[in-house]
Amino acid sequence: MKKVQLYELKSLYRDSLKIYGYQFGGSEKTVCIVGAIRGNEVQQLYMCSQLVKVLKTLEKRGQMDSKQGIMVVPAVNPYSLNTNTRFWATDNTDINRMFPGYDLGETTQRIAGGFFQEVNDYTYGIHFTSFYLEGNFTPHVRIMKTGYENVEIAKEFGMPYIMLRNPKPYDTTTLNYEWQLWGTQAFSVYTPGTDQIDRAQAREGVNAVLRFLASQGIIRISQDGGYRSRIIEEEELVTVRTNRSGILFFHCKCGDHIREGETVAEIMDAYEGEVIETIQAPCSGRIFYHGSNPLIYSNTAVVKIIRDPQAEYFQQ
Amino acid sequence: MIQTVAAAPLPAAENYIVKKQRLQPEHLSGREKRISIVTGIHGDELEGQYVCYEIQRRIREHSEALTGIVDIYPALNPLGIDSITRGIPHFDLDMNRIFPGNSEGSMAEYIASEIIEDVRESDLCIDIHASNIFLREIPQVRINEMCADTLVPFAKRLNIDYIWVHGAATVLEATFAHSLNMIGTPVLVVEMGVGMRVTKEYCKELVDGIFVEMKDLGIWQGDVIEPKHPIISTDGEVHYLNAGYAGVFIPTVEHWTSVKKGSKIGEIIDPLNGVIREEIFSDCDGVLFTLREYPVVSEGSLLGRILERNGEQR
Repeated sequence: MKKVQLYELKSLYRDSLKIYGYQFGGSEKTVCIVGAIRGNEVQQLYMCSQLVKVLKTLEKRGQMDSKQGIMVVPAVNPYSLNTNTRFWATDNTDINRMFPGYDLGETTQRIAGGFFQEVNDYTYGIHFTSFYLEGNFTPHVRIMKTGYENVEIAKEFGMPYIMLRNPKPYDTTTLNYEWQLWGTQAFSVYTPGTDQIDRAQAREGVNAVLRFLASQGIIRISQDGGYRSRIIEEEELVTVRTNRSGILFFHCKCGDHIREGETVAEIMDAYEGEVIETIQAPCSGRIFYHGSNPLIYSNTAVVKIIRDPQAEYFQQ
Repeated sequence: MIQTVAAAPLPAAENYIVKKQRLQPEHLSGREKRISIVTGIHGDELEGQYVCYEIQRRIREHSEALTGIVDIYPALNPLGIDSITRGIPHFDLDMNRIFPGNSEGSMAEYIASEIIEDVRESDLCIDIHASNIFLREIPQVRINEMCADTLVPFAKRLNIDYIWVHGAATVLEATFAHSLNMIGTPVLVVEMGVGMRVTKEYCKELVDGIFVEMKDLGIWQGDVIEPKHPIISTDGEVHYLNAGYAGVFIPTVEHWTSVKKGSKIGEIIDPLNGVIREEIFSDCDGVLFTLREYPVVSEGSLLGRILERNGEQR
């Protein structure tokens, strides 16, 4: 293992901002794995730390290919992790909306640019990331449909789902999107949890990456084959919205199988405690996403369901 | 006449409400033209607040001269204005990245779609922004090059100093102005002053220009000024001044002045070591139309923008 400094930005009073990468295996730029780009992505930081720990052991035991190389970057934005702010603290800009960056531009453009220069020529790019909405997802690999995406190879993660997303205008400056434009096969790995660590879910995400690395012959391990992933387009998800605002209680969690008409959540009047809305599943299926904020607005997506008429067979 | 443009209930005994003021002649023919003045998409940009007030004050002084409809939307993002937040508090997304919105979407998208529906029949819309808290800007109109043919003639009447025609960018497709321009409602985006402050002089100049537009559209029959001739960015290249070091930026020139190639713009000082870290010089002859207002800088922070102009003095 070699710890390398990928980028440094000097500060007036703080210690310099340093982005570190951990290199394993051979000298080829095969896989780059990136963790926290935002300051509240603690789960994503933790997953990288666990991956570094495992890869260190595998390298010591000689279970790594001598040519293909791996780099793990636990955090691109250590400053915001230390100040507990999601975005760049000075101007509230998101580094994951600044790719491919610009070395003569503003601060976060320079950080994105300096970092991207070091990681834009890997064969595969994996980003542990969080969504812009608060909430939890069923573990999945997400691929942006840029025309360069490779769905077949995403199956090697062995995660329950592969989600295909048609990029919106604001997606076009993310690491995942730019990686693909520059010729890297890019995957975003989602597990439940952002600012709280969920160790069991983190293990799922780390195992998925190890499975992928093993499938490419980069590491040699015996491991379970994971799931035979189901491929879904984001548009296929059935979104369930609130009609009222108030305090939200869920009757289900991510991964649950539900029947049409089953209660998935209730909204209470925030002052008087009465149930003012019962939200029922419009179809049978599996809960893919649910919100996490107990104070909910009206007309807000609280649950997304993968439609599956046979859901009742799986129901426990 | 105050009207509600959009409303949605919030969790704790409050509604998100967007209101507008409509000013119109006492008797309507049904053929009146309409101008919409919109501001407050970003909660920390306040320059438009004084503009909304001043337009109404002048119209009320000579209400007999009003022959069309003036709609004034002072706060598209009232929660942001109240909490000094650029975006809508609780949402991670900038409100100016969710247009044209979606009537079936989240609260913010629903509000955005209602706003678009309300404004879309206008004959002209002025969307007033301030700069952020970091930079001071001269009054200017920013135009996507895709819409330049339609919008530049409007912008020339607005009595601003500068028209910046910029390249198209995918991320800007979800702005309020772009969404309306694409469906045929002309929208001019004004940027001026600095965030969290009101620059009365700039506001009054802009109001003078808005009355010129109103007269041109047949909405106002009173006297108006002769608008000044703005510089257009296509006349010369825009040069960016970025900090090479972290420190405290102290300008040595006034904002909105002519500069020569090699003339000093400011210094980045290091208060801990008591030294100058960097001296900032202009790399062209031109006019300094953007100047940093907030002193603390990181490497890369924008310090100013200069429009290259040869041989002309401001």
